Amino acid sequence: MGWSEGRRILRTGPPRLRRCQSAHCNPSRSGARALWYGGVGGGGPLARAYKENPLKLELRGITKRFGDVVANDHIDLTVEPGEIHALLGENGAGKTTLMNVLYGLLQPDEGEILINGVPRTCNSPREAIAAGIGMVHQHFMLVPVFTVAENVMLGDERIRSRLPFLGFLDRRRARQDVLKVSADYGLEVDPDAIVEDLPVGLQQRVEIIKALRRQADLLILDEPTAVLTPQETDELLAVMRSLKADGKSIVFISHKLREVRAIADRITVIRHGRVIGTTGPETSEDELAAMMVGRAVRLRVEKKPATPGDVVLDIRDLRVVDDRGHRVVDGVNLQVRAGEVLGIAGVQGNGQTELVEAVMGLRPVVSGVISLEGQNLIGRTTKQILRAGVGYVPEDRSHDGVVRDFSVAENLVLDLYDRKPFASGLALRPQEIATSARKRIAEFDVRTSSPDTPVGTLSGGNQQKVIVAREMSRPLKLFVASQPTRGVDVGSTEFIHARIVAERDQGTAVLLVSSELDEVLALADRVAVMYRGKVLDIVTPDAPREHIGLLMAGVTGAAGPDGEAATTPTTATEHTDAAARETDSDEPGDESGGEDTP
Amino acid sequence: MTTENHGTSPVGRTEGAHTALQTRPSPQPAIEEVAESTTARGFWTRSHRAGTLFAVLGIAAAVGFGALAPSDQDARFRLSESADGFTIPIPAAAGAIAFGVLCAVAGVLLFTGVTRRFFGWSVGVALTSLLLSFLCWQVAGETMAVVTVAQTTLLLSLPLILGSLSGVLCERAGVINIAIEGQFLAGACAGALVGTLASNLWVGLAASALAGLFIAWLLAIFAIRYLVDQVVLGVVLNVFALGLTGFLFSRLMQPEQQTYNNPGTFKEVSIPLLSDIPFLGPVLFEASMFLYIALALVVIIQIGLFHTRWGLRVRAVGEHPTAADTVGIRVNRVRYLNVLYGGLVAGIGGAFFTLGRVGPFQENMTDGKGFIALAALIFGRWSPTGALAAALLFGFAEQLQIYLSAIGSEIPSEILAMAPYLATLLAVAGLIGKVRAPAADGQPYVNR
Repeated sequence: MGWSEGRRILRTGPPRLRRCQSAHCNPSRSGARALWYGGVGGGGPLARAYKENPLKLELRGITKRFGDVVANDHIDLTVEPGEIHALLGENGAGKTTLMNVLYGLLQPDEGEILINGVPRTCNSPREAIAAGIGMVHQHFMLVPVFTVAENVMLGDERIRSRLPFLGFLDRRRARQDVLKVSADYGLEVDPDAIVEDLPVGLQQRVEIIKALRRQADLLILDEPTAVLTPQETDELLAVMRSLKADGKSIVFISHKLREVRAIADRITVIRHGRVIGTTGPETSEDELAAMMVGRAVRLRVEKKPATPGDVVLDIRDLRVVDDRGHRVVDGVNLQVRAGEVLGIAGVQGNGQTELVEAVMGLRPVVSGVISLEGQNLIGRTTKQILRAGVGYVPEDRSHDGVVRDFSVAENLVLDLYDRKPFASGLALRPQEIATSARKRIAEFDVRTSSPDTPVGTLSGGNQQKVIVAREMSRPLKLFVASQPTRGVDVGSTEFIHARIVAERDQGTAVLLVSSELDEVLALADRVAVMYRGKVLDIVTPDAPREHIGLLMAGVTGAAGPDGEAATTPTTATEHTDAAARETDSDEPGDESGGEDTP
Repeated sequence: MTTENHGTSPVGRTEGAHTALQTRPSPQPAIEEVAESTTARGFWTRSHRAGTLFAVLGIAAAVGFGALAPSDQDARFRLSESADGFTIPIPAAAGAIAFGVLCAVAGVLLFTGVTRRFFGWSVGVALTSLLLSFLCWQVAGETMAVVTVAQTTLLLSLPLILGSLSGVLCERAGVINIAIEGQFLAGACAGALVGTLASNLWVGLAASALAGLFIAWLLAIFAIRYLVDQVVLGVVLNVFALGLTGFLFSRLMQPEQQTYNNPGTFKEVSIPLLSDIPFLGPVLFEASMFLYIALALVVIIQIGLFHTRWGLRVRAVGEHPTAADTVGIRVNRVRYLNVLYGGLVAGIGGAFFTLGRVGPFQENMTDGKGFIALAALIFGRWSPTGALAAALLFGFAEQLQIYLSAIGSEIPSEILAMAPYLATLLAVAGLIGKVRAPAADGQPYVNR
């Protein structure tokens, strides 16, 4: 069968979709589309069946409240046909909420959505899809145990023509659909691969294919680069350009200034749920950052050159397996000296998490040595390791870092609650705990109404400051920070970065793990790049960005970076742990009303 | 054991990843090299675990059962219905050793990975030979009427099959159904009561299905709309069903049995021609109508789940409801419907206790079968065919226990009664392959 036949079926059925297109949804759409089909069949790159009626989107006065919190405050936004429109803002600024409103996942309290000038009152993703809107969510909306083809057709399945009422799946045509979209946009992926076996970069492709297969004319990409290597990011940007050339409109949500300036035609900045302004890509990063945060921001971390001392943390030939028994740390050698920051760069899921867990005694070690100032740490409990002078900021703040229902004061003594002065015998001493809490709240600029407020009600940035305050209030030899600023606002990020540098300057050894390359480069004195459980190289932070990017993709060797980049497919991250797609933004009041991805 | 097409085994994963690799234009050598080194997995893969287990068990059986079995007696297995019909005599000691060795060989083949593509079959061969080895020892000097054993096994398995199918329907959509026991009881009671009142077994059967549906409706309302913890809810519904049917029984059905509790039973249905086939005929084609219903449902649900739009959506809702929602699937509607379907199936399973076997209802006559159906569901890895196999295994174990105590075996029957559930525990612990529930099983979905 040909693609056009498939499209005819798609256009007439399934009835569920057709119903939505009726009435208020988008009257202009089906008619205009029919015109396009006339020309299909000739083939050739310009006569793609995809070439759709361009879609113009207008949001007028969108307001969305969650209780007392105004997530979106009278937002106006216009996306022209064939435009890449960046939505820039901090975590929690309301970008995702706005897009969820557009996609029908949330209902706006006020305002209207116009598509090609016609108000749209549809209220569910189903209707958004019918209106030509596709969304690639930050947490991928893919069923992990399904194949690519099954995920792509889910909700709009290919049915065998024989006995259609029984709804037998036509997997052959579903596979062809995927291949067709793959071929048209250079989005190669195996339609029969199980999604959970694919690296995140390819999973994201599947999401894009899914939207294109439904004839999306406007694509919403929600923080698409958060989980990608620099190379994968470049590929994604290329795909976005080809989509644009095909007449698609794209809303690109990000807080990364570099990418936004590289790809966007126009940039709308959102802060605290309000539109601050719309500019073009010529605006400088400093200006954009200032718009985003509301004041001038230092994008660089101020620090003096390091003065490394003796080796504090010594990791030799470390091997660790993950929960499924796969060897994810494979012969790692690292030394962190007093007074230096060793940064670990790498795409998530390349063993960084397990490495840190092994150091902290949270995960058994298969073989190797971990020692702190010559003392063996393997086999010690986490408590013993902390008492030995190690500070730890865990990767998953709300899960491992704080007890959400406990107060700020209680969370600040989680490490020393059973010691003097916070305890005497079996009893806690609330007075001491409160006094100490007030002191640290002031010192670390934790924005909380009182020390008795449950930590779970604070913003992500302030929760993180509570953790940093707790961990830095002990005398430390080693400070281990894993994703210390994930989902943290710019102000808090600046603060935490400054504290980490200050800790280093006091002579503490710092081990920093971050999937944000910028963060590693800004803070680290040496950068170890991890790939599939191995440290491929240790470089200085002024090494060329492309070089580090290639290392992150597993490409070693000194050949010209440009040539290699061109031939390095995203398969470089094949086999990386698919579980790595967990990204940021899990603080309360953040963005969408509830991202309940398991 | 399962024909599920989304293997979650380590083997399947590796293959998937490799095919994905091949779709890309020639990756760089450097990359492949690293890939090689990290795909190396731990020693205890599924094949290695299962292989070791069966090799050890097989050798133990060959040595142990072989030594215990008398060498001068035959174990006779009679394949025909009549007492003087076709019988296979197997020398007890030699047979015990031979089948033990066969099990060990299957284990070794599993271990070496030769039979990797036929994992389920290999495990089946190993288990069967282990069992035969055991039987050679036990049946020595006796005759086992295989037809009778098979018929009784099916009868004992029937409620388990229907119950675990109910579980498959609910849990694949993400709702835990602990209330199978309650649905059984309600179905059994309603079938007897209404069947008697209407003097019509079919009306009774319909009432059974509706009674199961009623319990399922309560489950659906509280689990899906009111977000009650599904395990607690299921247990409560079981106690509720026990109380309700107990009340009806002691106040109504027991005092006036003739008026309220005498429905009679469905006749066995004999299929012409097919029932004349030796051995298979009397077992499969001269059986309770419920057997045909159950087997048909296994086939329908298996095909439905894995090859139709309905099944794709159900599984999507059970694995990742948010993903299903964002492509326009009404998550909670799918869940409601599936829980209700499950209730119908379990209600019919309940009817089997009364209308299918004995007729009158007795208090708590399901005797925990609903929970065992739950075990069959898990042992069968949430797939209809797997559940069927597990239910047959459990049914057979129960029948074996009855048979062995009848021939005066020295093995305490309680030990035998425990065996299949011990096997379930081992299976759930992941000893043989990974058992993975639908990812969103038991998690309510809240519409945003």
